[in-house]
Parts: sequence; C-alpha cells; structure tokens
Amino acid sequence: MPTNFAALEVGQHLYWQIGNIRLHGQVFLTSWILLGALLVFISLGTKKMENDPKGLQNLLEFLWDYIRDLARTQIGEKVYRDWMPFIGTLFLFVFVSNWGGALIPWRLIKLPSGELGAPTADINTTIALALLVSLSYFYAGLSNKGWRYFEYYVHPTPIMLPFKILEDFTKPLSLSFRLFGNILADELVVGVLVFLVPLVLPIPVMFLGLFTSAIQALIFATLAAYYIGEAVEEHH
Amino acid sequence: MLAFNFFGATEGGLFDINATLPLMAIQVVALTYILNSLFFKPVGNVVEKREKFVSNNIMDAKNKLSEVEKLEADLLSQLQSARSEAQKIVSEAESESDKLYKEALELANNEANASKEKARLEIENQTSSARDQLFKQADDLSELIVNKLILEK
Repeated sequence: MPTNFAALEVGQHLYWQIGNIRLHGQVFLTSWILLGALLVFISLGTKKMENDPKGLQNLLEFLWDYIRDLARTQIGEKVYRDWMPFIGTLFLFVFVSNWGGALIPWRLIKLPSGELGAPTADINTTIALALLVSLSYFYAGLSNKGWRYFEYYVHPTPIMLPFKILEDFTKPLSLSFRLFGNILADELVVGVLVFLVPLVLPIPVMFLGLFTSAIQALIFATLAAYYIGEAVEEHH
Repeated sequence: MLAFNFFGATEGGLFDINATLPLMAIQVVALTYILNSLFFKPVGNVVEKREKFVSNNIMDAKNKLSEVEKLEADLLSQLQSARSEAQKIVSEAESESDKLYKEALELANNEANASKEKARLEIENQTSSARDQLFKQADDLSELIVNKLILEK
C-alpha cells in the first residue's frame, strides 16, 4: 500500500520562521493560491460589465444577489449595505477555502513538513474569522446605537445579563470550532477512507464533503450576519 | 501509516495557535477591502442600475396603461353621448314628420268636408229653387186652367 499517497498527517505544520514569530506556512500557501484564483475569476467576470449580463458576469451577479439577500434578511434593510462586503467576503473566503481544500489534489505537492489543505481546517484561520465577526458586531452595535447598544444585554430583563455576556464568548468559540471541526473531520474521513479503500468508496464521502463545505460557508456567513443584525436591531 | 499527533508534540498539533491567527485576520480584512472595490461595488452598481431601469420601465408602462384606459373611457363616453344624440335627432325628426302628416291629413279632411258641404248646399238651393219654380209653374198652370174653364163657360 502506498503509504505516501494515503498517509494522514494531523497537526503537522510547515513552519515559517520570521524573526520571533512562527507561522503555519501551508495555511498561507493554500489561501494565497485559492484567493488568487478567486480574484482572477472575479476580475475576469467584472472586466467588461454590461447592462445585458453575459457569461461570467451572470454568475457574479447571481452571487452578488445571493449575498445581498443573505445580508438583507439577517441584518435588515437599514444597514445591510455597510456589512454586505464583509459578509460576502466571509462567505467567499470560507467557501473557496472549503471547496479548494476538498477539490484540489493538494497531496500531489510535497511539502517538507505538514501538507496543503483547506485553510479553514486550521484553527488559527477559523479563530481569526470568528474574532473578526465578534469585533464587527460590537463595532456595528456601538456605531449604530452608541452606548445604547448595551441595552441589548439587559433586554428583555436584567436577568439576561450574565447569559448575554457569556454569549459574547460562546459566539466566536462556536463559530470557530464548528467550521474547524467540520472541515477537519471531512478531510480526516476522506483521508481514512482513501487509506483503507483507495477505490470508489471515498467518492460519495467526497461529495458529502463538498456539500458540508458549502453548508458550512453558508452557516458561517449567515451567523455572522445574524450577530451583526442582532447588534444593530432596535428594541422597543 | 496513520500518524495521529494531536496534542503531544512539543511543536505543532491541532490546536497550535500562533501568529498565523492575527496575520490571517489581517489578510481577511484586506480581502474584504479588495473584494469590495473589485466585486461588491462594481457588480452592485450594475445590478442596482438595472433594477432601477426595470422598475422605471414598469412604472412608465403602468402610467401609459392608465392613460390609455382613461382615453378609452373618454372615447367610450363620447361615443355613447353621440349615439344618444343621434337617437334624439332621429326621434325628433320622426315626431316632426308625424305631426306634418297629421296636419296635412287634417287639412285635406277639412277641405273635403267643406267642398262636400258646399256641394250639398248648392244641391239644396237648386232643389228648392226648382221646387219653387215648379210650384210657380203649377200655380200658373192652374190659373190658366181656371181661366180657360171660366172663359169657356
């Protein structure tokens, strides 16, 4: 059995040392490749915008519409415009990372240590995204309602205060671990199945993985939008 | 071989949090700005322009449709009034001709009656004058007969 083909490496990283800080190189490598592809795709699609959309522009407009609907339903008509780029970027980043990790045969590229894979299968990435979401909803609440934002913590009764404070910690925790766990688990399942039965059997699981990946991107973006919407919502 | 190395290693592991985290956050923020200027703004402009165009067109069409309906109703009412006017004129003319006919008929009747009466009077006159003459002649004749008889005697 070709161990080099089906070996699983969990928790091994390609370390980059810059001065005193250490980075997970494989995460950045894959994210740069995927984001580069995304940006090329988008610049191709928006190069010649027409009133009569053709080809790629159609797809991008559909995507834009999808993200707008997502942001509008969760955040509300009033401020969704300000947050649409952030929500859309989260969605696109997570989606491209998940699908890129699942679709591209990264194993063909040999690294001295660790392996290339979905950037979202690294806890650093998901925590970074989740913390950005936390910062965003705080910023959204404070910039829209000023100090009145903290009314949210005692709404509808002050009994809610400890729970709402706890929520501020559980939100990023659940966001980051949900994404991380799903993507890592998917990679592990596919890896184990490929290791055990290298033919046919992993294919349905791979499709399931693609499905999970898309759903996770949607969940992440929707929850981020929901938290922002919750922060800017006016209580009466 | 399956090489699971979760927490044990001095270096690495699944939950190895380091500078990747802030750098990834910065990268995502930068990506947000890049995507905003490259994707969300231009596509949004085009889509919203088109949506505005479409809704404007729909509104225009609606306005035109209501105008057409108004004109149609106007024409219909005009047609109706013209029709009723025509009917009025026709009925007026009918009654007028009826009146004229009746008048002419009456006139003719009267004339006929008058000439009939005149003829009757004339006949009566002539009859009476003839009778008078007859009586006179009878008187003459009787006188003559009487005279003759008296003379013969």
